[in-house]
Amino acid sequence: MKKIMSALTVLTLALCCAGPAGAALTVKDGSFAGTHGIEVEFLTPVTDLENLEASFWRVVEASSPDIALPLEKVETVAANPNAVRLNFSQNLDKGQIHQVSLDSPRGKGKIDVTQNMMAILLTLFLSAAVINNYVFSRYLGLCVFFGVSQHRDTAVGTGLTFTMVMTCSGILSWAVFQFILKPLSLGFLQVLVFIGMVACLVQALDTILRKINPVLFKKLGVYLVLITVNCIILAVPLMIADRNFNLGESFFFALGAGLGFALALYLMANVRERLTVARVPASFQGLPIAFIVCGLFALAFMGFSGLSLF
Amino acid sequence: MPVFQLIIRGLLAENPVFRLALSMCPAVAVTTNIKNGFLLGCAVVFVQVMSNITASVLRKFIHPRVRVVIYTIIIATWVSTIDMIMSAYLPDLYDQVSLYIKLIVVFAIIISRMELFASKNPVTPSLFDGLGMGLGFMFGLMMIGAVRELLGSGQLLGFDILGVKPLLIMILPAGGFFVIGFLMSVFNIILKKLGMGAPPAGGHH
Repeated sequence: MKKIMSALTVLTLALCCAGPAGAALTVKDGSFAGTHGIEVEFLTPVTDLENLEASFWRVVEASSPDIALPLEKVETVAANPNAVRLNFSQNLDKGQIHQVSLDSPRGKGKIDVTQNMMAILLTLFLSAAVINNYVFSRYLGLCVFFGVSQHRDTAVGTGLTFTMVMTCSGILSWAVFQFILKPLSLGFLQVLVFIGMVACLVQALDTILRKINPVLFKKLGVYLVLITVNCIILAVPLMIADRNFNLGESFFFALGAGLGFALALYLMANVRERLTVARVPASFQGLPIAFIVCGLFALAFMGFSGLSLF
Repeated sequence: MPVFQLIIRGLLAENPVFRLALSMCPAVAVTTNIKNGFLLGCAVVFVQVMSNITASVLRKFIHPRVRVVIYTIIIATWVSTIDMIMSAYLPDLYDQVSLYIKLIVVFAIIISRMELFASKNPVTPSLFDGLGMGLGFMFGLMMIGAVRELLGSGQLLGFDILGVKPLLIMILPAGGFFVIGFLMSVFNIILKKLGMGAPPAGGHH
């Protein structure tokens, strides 16, 4: 026992004597910096930049691991002697996980750079709600959209019911897809399974709401029927399955999509209430003018597409 | 009603896109050019005809209280079929419209024709009603596609016609809504001159 201890002491001493210059660099942390940079932090200060040249690095997006991103230059960071900054010649897609690997004479290291989880969720939420608004830039749920947007009250009721059902079905479909369809490789059945699931969910909500809160049921019950056969309700589970979201992402994506739909309905209802007293050419009365108004809204919502988040 | 009349009715007087205003989502979404409109149109014709035939054959066995669920499952079966066929044989084209092909399940036009027509009529008229409505839908999609492709990218079927792009907005989301609004009003004017009034909701029974 004693011999082992002394051997270990000698070994430790020998390592220390080798000095910091020879010690291997250990990667500690990585984060996005600016629009096209990644900052990598080491446990020890960086002294020799020539051993960390661009050619020693390889940075890829996790979704396409064969394409190395064009790294331009590696430089030190003034505020932090332990860190270097990798500059790329293109903007980084921060929604993606970036895998950074270093293979230099000073050591090897690998780290995944991701955005802060809250930032990802908020981005997903806002992008589903306004930037890619389901009605104005993805054109889903138009039947219901034009059907119930004549009055403000019905528009609000429908919007909220839809949000509720979409969020529930989003989470449920995530569970069904990840735990049943994917392990059994039954992906081709997703359309059948999801539509059945939504129908059951709506029926269940109908029954529960009728028992628990009859007043709310009286207000919202009418819209529940509309929901089963609606593209926006089915599209959310399909997209969640398609993009392989996790639970949190599914929840915020579905919630954003639902609230975006409610927002669109409310805006449209406000305009259509005024349209009833406007003088519209005979051939444009009814739906045609509603489409033109919707086009104008879509034009306005295009302004959000320039919005860059985090 | 004669076969010919059933088809003409679906194409003009009760055109699903411009007159009945059913299933508008794909009508805006995939119609940035004629080709996409044609592809989705083909899928809809297939699903509509096959679902109509199935509903008509089974009409004596389907209990009215569970009919909506059964219709949905019939449609979902045929949609899964065409979805798999298209992804196998036309992978490139399929990529552009894949989400909307899956969403044919919830196209209002299909279930409403099954409910209003195929559930009460024998197989042959149901087949031609489905064919008429499907072709009407395809015609609507292709017309919107033609206007948007010509004005938005100056092309027709991928061939350069105008040499310039007069109205870029037409291939943006907003353009789809504008084109449908204007085409609907044109349809209203023409059919009014021909003496055809507005059809009942969901089309004739």
